[in-house]
Amino acid sequence: MQLSREELKKAYRRMFTIRAFEERVEKEFAAGNIPGFAHVYLGQEASGVGVCHDLTDEDLIGSTHRGHGHCIAKGCDVKGMMLEIMGKAGGLCGGKGGSMHIADLSKGMLGANAIVGGAPPIAVGAALTQKYKKTGRVSVAFSGDGASNQGTVFEAMNMAVVLKVPAIFAFENNGYGEHTAASYSVGGGSIADRARSFGMPAEVVDGVDFFAVHEAMGRALEHCRAGNGPYALEIRCFRFLGHFVGDPQAYRTADELKEARAQDPLPLFRKKVTEAKLLEGSELDEIEKEILAEVDGAAQAAIAAMPPDLSTLETDVYVRY
Amino acid sequence: MTKKSYRTAVNDALRSEMRRNPDIIILGEDVAGGQGASGEVGVVGSVFGVLGGLYKEFGPTRVIDTPISESAIVGAAAGAALTGLRPVAEIMFVDFVGVCFDQIYNQAAKFRYMFGGKAKTPMIIRATIGAGFRAGAQHSQSMHPLFTMVPGLKVVMPSNAYDAKGLMIEALRGDDPVIYLEAKTLYDTEMEVPDEAYRIPFGEANVVREGKDITLVAFGPMVPRALAVAEAVAKDGISAEVVDPRTTSPLDEDTILESVEKTGRLVLVDESPPRCSLASDVAAIVADKGFKSLKAPIKAVTCPHTPVPFAPVLEDEYMPNPRRIEAAVRAVMKFG
Repeated sequence: MQLSREELKKAYRRMFTIRAFEERVEKEFAAGNIPGFAHVYLGQEASGVGVCHDLTDEDLIGSTHRGHGHCIAKGCDVKGMMLEIMGKAGGLCGGKGGSMHIADLSKGMLGANAIVGGAPPIAVGAALTQKYKKTGRVSVAFSGDGASNQGTVFEAMNMAVVLKVPAIFAFENNGYGEHTAASYSVGGGSIADRARSFGMPAEVVDGVDFFAVHEAMGRALEHCRAGNGPYALEIRCFRFLGHFVGDPQAYRTADELKEARAQDPLPLFRKKVTEAKLLEGSELDEIEKEILAEVDGAAQAAIAAMPPDLSTLETDVYVRY
Repeated sequence: MTKKSYRTAVNDALRSEMRRNPDIIILGEDVAGGQGASGEVGVVGSVFGVLGGLYKEFGPTRVIDTPISESAIVGAAAGAALTGLRPVAEIMFVDFVGVCFDQIYNQAAKFRYMFGGKAKTPMIIRATIGAGFRAGAQHSQSMHPLFTMVPGLKVVMPSNAYDAKGLMIEALRGDDPVIYLEAKTLYDTEMEVPDEAYRIPFGEANVVREGKDITLVAFGPMVPRALAVAEAVAKDGISAEVVDPRTTSPLDEDTILESVEKTGRLVLVDESPPRCSLASDVAAIVADKGFKSLKAPIKAVTCPHTPVPFAPVLEDEYMPNPRRIEAAVRAVMKFG
C-alpha cells in the first residue's frame, strides 16, 4: 500500500518521537530524575510504529516491560508518559504505574507489562471482546523473544486459534531476553514456526524497515478483520542498549554493539523516502526539530511537576482496612 | 571472620556448599548470563549479582541459564529434587511466582506428604522481595504470607548477612522445599560473617535487641526498621525488644510468646497488605496462647490493602516506615 505524504510524516514523527523520548529517558535516568529502572526501545522504533500505524484508538495493544515505544506508537501523550516515568502527579497512571505499567485505555493501550509473557493472554481476551461485540477491531500482543518461551504465551496462541479471535502476536525478536541471547534460549530458533504450529499464519519480518513491518501488519490486519483468527509476526530487530539503562553488557562485544547500531530504522526510513522523492530531507529535519522541542518540554515539565498527593495512595481500591 | 555484605553471604553459602556437595545445581534466568551472546558468559550472575563468580567456578553443567520460563524452572527443580539432585532455582523477583505457583504449591510442596513420606524434595527457590526499589507493582511485592500458608514449604526471610549465610546452608542441607526470600534493599548491608560454614536452624527466632516494655516482631527487611525505631524510642525511656523470627514456617512461637510474657505489649511490623499477613497470623497466635500476658491491644504496622505504587512518595508511605512504626509503639505504650 502506497502511503501518502502525510502518512509518511506521521510514521517518521512517531519513530523520531520514540528516539528522542528514549534518549531523553537515558539522560534523565543518569541524572537521577527517573526512579527505579528503565528499559528503552532504542533501535526497535520501526517495529512498534509499523505495527501500530494503521490501528485506530479502538484497536488494542498489550505491551511489555520495554513499552515506551509501543505507547508512543499508539498515540499516548508524551508529557503524560514522562510524568508517569518520573512518578509525578498528572502522569498517565497518576504516578502509580511507572515505566513498566504505563497504560492509556483511551488510546487502546492496555498497559506495559512487567511480567514476561503477561500481555498475550490479556490480548486474547481483548480480541475475544472484539469478536463478541463484532467491532471489527483487533488486539495486538507485543512480546519479545524471551516471552516466546513462556507457557502463558503458548497457551494464549493456542486459545486464540481455538477461539478464532482477531489477535495479532507481534514478537519483537531483538536477539536478547534480558541478558541471554535468543540463539541460546529459543529452542528450534524460529518463533514464527512456533506460531505456525498452533495453526496461525506467521511471517518473519525485517524490523529495521518500517515499510516491511507496515506491509506485514497490513496482511495481518486483513486476515484478522476478515474473521480468520489470529496472525503472528516475528519482527527481527536490534536492541541498541542493554536490558535496562546502565546494563554494562559485558556479554556483548563492542563489534556486536556497533553492528546493532548500524541497523538503525531512522536513517533507513529517511533514505527510502528521500530517494523515492516522497519527502524532502528538510521536511524530516523540521519534524525532528519540533519533536526535540516537544520532548524537551515534556521532560522539563515532568522534572518540575509535583509528586502525587499522598491521599491517592489508597484510592482506586474497593476497600480499605 | 570478615565483614561481608548480605549479597556476598548468600554467595558464600552457595559456593561452599556446592564445593561440598556435587548434587547442588543452580538454575534460573541469567544466573550466569550471556549464554549464546557474542561476549563473555557468566558476567551477570543473577540480576542483583548474588551469584557472581559461580559460573566461572562451577561451569554450565551446574550453573544453568534457562529460558524465561518460570513454570519449567520450578517444575524442573522439583523433578530434579525428587530424583536425587539439590537444585537451587531462582525466581528473580518473587512477583514472578504468579507464573509458576502450581509447580510450587501443588507439586514440590506436596510430594513428601502426598506420596506417603516416600519422597524427598530438597530444593530451594530463591527470590527477591520487597518494595523501596522504585520498581512498580509487579517487581516490589513480598508474598511471604502466600508461601507461609502452604503446607510442605519452609519459608526463610533473612534480615542480615550473618543469617543469610547460616540459613542458606541450613536450607541446602535439608530435604524439603525451601522458599528463600532475599531482601533486595539489604543486599549491600554488611556485618561480620564467619568464613567457615555454619547452620542456623529453622524455627529459631533471633532476639536482635532485648527490652522489657514492648515487643516488636518484624520480618525480613522490616527488622532493621524495627531496630531503628527501638533505638529511637529508647531515648524516651521505652525499652523495646525486637524479635526476628528468621523463618515464617516453621515459626518460633515460643520465643515470641516468651518475649510478650516479659513485655506485655506487641507491635508487629510486616511488609505485606494487612489481611492474612504474618502480622495478623502472629497476632492471632499471641491472642490465643499469650492472652494473659497482654497489657494492651496488639498493633500491626503493615502496608495498605493496595498494590505497590511506583511514585517514590507513595511507595515510602506504602511501606511500614519509621514514622508509622514509632506511632504504633507509642500508641500501645500509652494504652491504659
